[in-house]
Amino acid sequence: MHLPVTNKKIRLIPAAITFCAVLLCMAMADGSWLKNVSPDYHAKTNPFAAQPDAIAGGAYLFSDHCAKCHGKDALGRGKHPSLRSERVQKLATDGDLFWLLKNGSLGRGMPNWSAIPEPSRWQLIAYVKSLGVSSTDNSSNTEVPKEKE
Amino acid sequence: MPLRLRSTSTRARNAARGVLVALAFVAFFAPRAAAQEPPYFVTYSAALEEPGNLEVSFKNTQAAPRNANPFLGTAMELEYGVKGWWTTEFYLDGQATQHDSTIYTGFRWENRFRPLQREHWINPVLYVEYENTNRADRALLEIVGHDSIADLAIPNAIARTEIEREMELKLILSSNYKGWNFSENFISEKALNESEPWEFGYALGASRPLSLVSKGKYCFFCRQNFAAGLELYGGLGTTDGFGWKQTSQYLGPTVSFGTPRNGPTIFFSPQFGLNDNSAGVLYRFGVSYEIQQIGSIFHRNSK
Repeated sequence: MHLPVTNKKIRLIPAAITFCAVLLCMAMADGSWLKNVSPDYHAKTNPFAAQPDAIAGGAYLFSDHCAKCHGKDALGRGKHPSLRSERVQKLATDGDLFWLLKNGSLGRGMPNWSAIPEPSRWQLIAYVKSLGVSSTDNSSNTEVPKEKE
Repeated sequence: MPLRLRSTSTRARNAARGVLVALAFVAFFAPRAAAQEPPYFVTYSAALEEPGNLEVSFKNTQAAPRNANPFLGTAMELEYGVKGWWTTEFYLDGQATQHDSTIYTGFRWENRFRPLQREHWINPVLYVEYENTNRADRALLEIVGHDSIADLAIPNAIARTEIEREMELKLILSSNYKGWNFSENFISEKALNESEPWEFGYALGASRPLSLVSKGKYCFFCRQNFAAGLELYGGLGTTDGFGWKQTSQYLGPTVSFGTPRNGPTIFFSPQFGLNDNSAGVLYRFGVSYEIQQIGSIFHRNSK
């Protein structure tokens, strides 16, 4: 059975699309990328964890690729969040961070770094994790991080 | 707008030297530079510019084809990361031909969009470009249709009078596996100001950094600063005659060297013509220099 399509209904379609897009943007803006990490990635362990050479290599990569956005001290910068927050240092596993580097969070401005070889990405994570938690946050990002479910 | 036509080869050589000096200046004095892009000249990978970063590149092509004067084609590229999924680029093209002239040949504006937010085995990127160049353009940033080396024998004074306004669409597919990048581009191009058929082309690339791990100390000629690969590209005819017949095809190794401490990245590739329609060798070289978070220079909250 065919229902008559009225002009009013047609006009509602763009409005519905816009509404969904706004909802999507709001959902992406809550810092909840951790929810998207699959269990496989969550459970991954860093083959370079706590290795001084790897951490030194990670520091080198960090200064090349990350420091301009997240700050040389990783405490955040402008809209870019601190990497020394509880969320990154305690809540997120190495596997979660590996997932984030691989996929990025494109809607929020975090590019994916999949072109960087895997071992180098693990080095980066080893370095970031070696920095530890700091209560100082230089970013202007005032969002409250959500807990992982 | 074409620049003033210079008619002596001395001037052309001087202009080419000027370009080289400018390149050398950028290469050795630029404070910040490029990131994770594979060392391709023609092939695009799925790597987009990081949001807020501006990359300035010079891509040059030198060749001495049979029955034509040697030339140096240059494209200056400004690439900006608008979003994590959207990169926009603006090109200014020019060329210098020995025994002929040095001229500006046009501009291009391109946009690349990544429709899928996550990383997959094969990552698609959609590419849309508007070109406004004249037939004297020698940048050779893509080979499509029945492009031939014979086209390059036309004197600049004649070739520059024919303006080509074209729309170019590409489907870019790219994969990363164990440090390797594999990229495939399918190219289609349509003239907007002439009733010509659609032209098609392709570009394939594979590359890998020479080292998959980073040393934790400064070193200039370490393997970690180099990437190497191979490019294969060429035309695939038009809607009137699709296929390899009467097309140009090129194959060549390519290498990049990223100077340490975020210095500029230098690219080089000799690319060999695979048939009579192609130049014997195209020598491609370039330098790219990335200004990270250029917007933060003007942002009050940034440190």
